[in-house]
Amino acid sequence: MIRHFTIDGIKVPFQERQTIMDAAMAAGIYIPHLCHNPEFRPQGSCRLCTVKVDGRNLAACTTPATDHAEVKSNTKKLMAMRRTLLQLLFVEGNHVCPACEKSGACQLQAVAYYCGMLAPEFTHFYPQREVDASHPEFAIDFNRCILCELCVRASRDADQKSVFAISGRGIHVHLTVNSPSGKLGDSDFDKHDRAAHVCPVGAILPKHTGYDVPIGKRLYDRKPVSMVGDVSDHEED
Amino acid sequence: MADKVKVATASLAGCFGCHMSLLDIDERIIDLVELVEFDRTPLTDIKEIGDCDVGIIEGGVCNAENVEVLREFRRHCKILVSMGACSINGGIPAMRNQYQLKECLEESYLHGMGVEDAQIPNDPEVPLLLNKVHPIHEVVKVDYFLPGCPPPADTIWTFLEELLSGEPIEFAYRQIHYD
Ligand code: SF4
Ligand code: SF4
Repeated sequence: MIRHFTIDGIKVPFQERQTIMDAAMAAGIYIPHLCHNPEFRPQGSCRLCTVKVDGRNLAACTTPATDHAEVKSNTKKLMAMRRTLLQLLFVEGNHVCPACEKSGACQLQAVAYYCGMLAPEFTHFYPQREVDASHPEFAIDFNRCILCELCVRASRDADQKSVFAISGRGIHVHLTVNSPSGKLGDSDFDKHDRAAHVCPVGAILPKHTGYDVPIGKRLYDRKPVSMVGDVSDHEED
Repeated sequence: MADKVKVATASLAGCFGCHMSLLDIDERIIDLVELVEFDRTPLTDIKEIGDCDVGIIEGGVCNAENVEVLREFRRHCKILVSMGACSINGGIPAMRNQYQLKECLEESYLHGMGVEDAQIPNDPEVPLLLNKVHPIHEVVKVDYFLPGCPPPADTIWTFLEELLSGEPIEFAYRQIHYD
């Protein structure tokens, strides 16, 4: 027998072991997210997919779907909370969209547009971060990393390489590269790695192609992320 | 006819691109001047701000004069609008925040390419630079934000139309972007 729960009143079928996010995605219902990608084990770290499940706030990507659960996602309160989370992500890094090659095809931007964020509104950290351009084909701009760990999971689980890891605590948390010098050019990273094609923002970027697609014709320039899908859906190795 | 809505604008640490975008509303500017009267703005060249209904700020805050002008605007405007990427998060000028102010000045005026008669400007007329560039909401309370580098003319027009007619401020998907 097929079991169901509801999202904002819409009946959603699910199968054994599916999360709320899995079932929502299968049913074509968009729940905002950044650290989730169905290819990898969900970790519930960005909290953007927080929904109300029978009155409790839970991450949709890590919460198993249960029969008859009443899930609320597109409420004013949850959208306001998502905007706050997004604003925090923006002020914790250095996001100069007008000077970013990813602009228009960036999932952080796209989710922020979807959630109605007009400005970061908090005090900016302006942290000092580096750009690693040591690899011949890819660059990492740490200013834009949102610590979603998609590259970490892709490199470890899909590429079996563990090129990336998260290091440090609290505000000092940062992405590190597993190589003797700590530089990408010295690591096993390859342009055909899955890890090269999952970054939702402009942190891991291919070189020499930044402006092949003009501004105005990019992934999210015309349609919202709820219709277009994730950055990684549109990336081929 | 009721009094016209008084509007003031200023460009702080910006490039005037947002003001150019405002002018890009083309012939709708005729409708606009029917509805509003411009007070201090680079368009009228009035230097002192009077009491206004709406103040629109382009650019972030990079020096002492920017702070002064911004505070004047906040004091005199019922509604203050942060227009464009620089005003909203510091934008391109804030990329200097990655360096010490001293390094920036030395690069520009002492060791930079083609510098002759090297010296760091120190005239009392030149506003003192702040250590870092800041978005305006870190200095004063802001009522509305209009993102974009620059915000499209259409976005600015939609905003002004809705604001002046007392409608809720709402934008179509393609009117909002951060670049
Ligand atoms: S990564 Fe995205 S949000 Fe950050 S600067 Fe680039 S386009 Fe903007
Ligand atoms: S580099 Fe990209 S994929 Fe990796 S953690 Fe940062 S934002 Fe996520």
